[in-house]
Amino acid sequence: MTEPKMPLWEVFIRARSGLAHRHVGSVHAADAEMALQAARDTYTRRGEGLSIWVVPSAAITASDPADKDSLFEPTASKPYRHPTFYDIPPEVGHM
Amino acid sequence: MYTQALNQADTGPKVVEDAEKLARFEAKIDAEERIEPNDWMPEAYRRTLVRQISQHAHSEIVGMLPEGNWITRAPTLRRKAALIAKVQDEGGHGLYLYSAAETLGVSREELIDQLLSGRAKYSSIFNYPTLTWADIGCIGWLVDGAAIMNQIPLCRTSYGPYARAMIRICKEESFHQRQGYEIMLTLCRGSADQKAMAQDALNRWWWPALMMFGPPDAQSVHTEQSMRWKIKRFTNDALRQQFVDATVPQAHFLGLTIPDPDLRYDGASGHWRFGAIDWEEFRQVLAGNGPCNRERMEARRRAHEDGAWVREAALAHAAKRRARAAIAKVAAE
Repeated sequence: MTEPKMPLWEVFIRARSGLAHRHVGSVHAADAEMALQAARDTYTRRGEGLSIWVVPSAAITASDPADKDSLFEPTASKPYRHPTFYDIPPEVGHM
Repeated sequence: MYTQALNQADTGPKVVEDAEKLARFEAKIDAEERIEPNDWMPEAYRRTLVRQISQHAHSEIVGMLPEGNWITRAPTLRRKAALIAKVQDEGGHGLYLYSAAETLGVSREELIDQLLSGRAKYSSIFNYPTLTWADIGCIGWLVDGAAIMNQIPLCRTSYGPYARAMIRICKEESFHQRQGYEIMLTLCRGSADQKAMAQDALNRWWWPALMMFGPPDAQSVHTEQSMRWKIKRFTNDALRQQFVDATVPQAHFLGLTIPDPDLRYDGASGHWRFGAIDWEEFRQVLAGNGPCNRERMEARRRAHEDGAWVREAALAHAAKRRARAAIAKVAAE
């Protein structure tokens, strides 16, 4: 018997107030409400969080690892984007 | 271990890999970089991981059954609460691992189907019965102890999602072993009958626990490749020895005897040398002829079938709500 597939959801948890939600894993559920309940049971059995987001996995658009060089390599040649690129005499103090 | 049945020939089609891509992949592995889901990987790496992670997941799920057997009969509320929490953890571990396997392009439904149809294996240890309360102590102490020993190196395995699942599992697992040893300790400090019950459980679980680490290295087909790709970090025999060295003194502390007349301490190497393992028993259990194989599979199939109407209803309810929301949206426009 082939059953229809349960949709997949990605789970994000905010561990403490002041922190961003962080990806922790995924769950299968029929709808958003059940995905939240499943995420709560699966990923917060020991006080891991204060807030949960669930997002349909299909809604995520990801960059292709094959494009890694063209996307991210150019930043390597731009040291002037970092504070240590600039020479300031020590007498000026912390800046 | 939970993946001890990897010792079967890889029957998938032989793929000739692009030499340049393969070299880049192996350089990454050598540099201790992690492989992530969308990265290029050789087919054999992908297949080995799907088999290993899914066997591991199936073991967690089937592993809920022998312990679940004692939830209603736990001797105190404290023991009962701990056992429920532990069994729930095993279910959670199964789910983390299924999710990790799915990142390799296999669906949850396929994985479940492989288990229920008997094509996929799970750890031999869960095909033994839990006859007394002391068995729950032995499972926590020895079975979870062996699992931890195997899983700690897997936190550094080369496939990112598997390593991350293992880190989470290891964090949660250490209470399992402690609650088991505490049960054994209480029994061993109790009446003569209670201590005899603890010894009886150890007599039955000791050898199956040693078999959890899988066949000896000399007979292990995939060890070399798995070590090279850093899926595996230690061999079966190395982990088994580490387990024996750790648990023999723990048994002595309990005042129990390890059921192995050949067990002796080798002062020169600092290891406890143990007697011959009955590998025929191991093969029989893996082949489906253990004491509880049929019962375990029946329980899993029944649970899946009994839950079918819930899955169907949940999907139908979600579809109906989506349809209603779409109609309401059109009406509002």
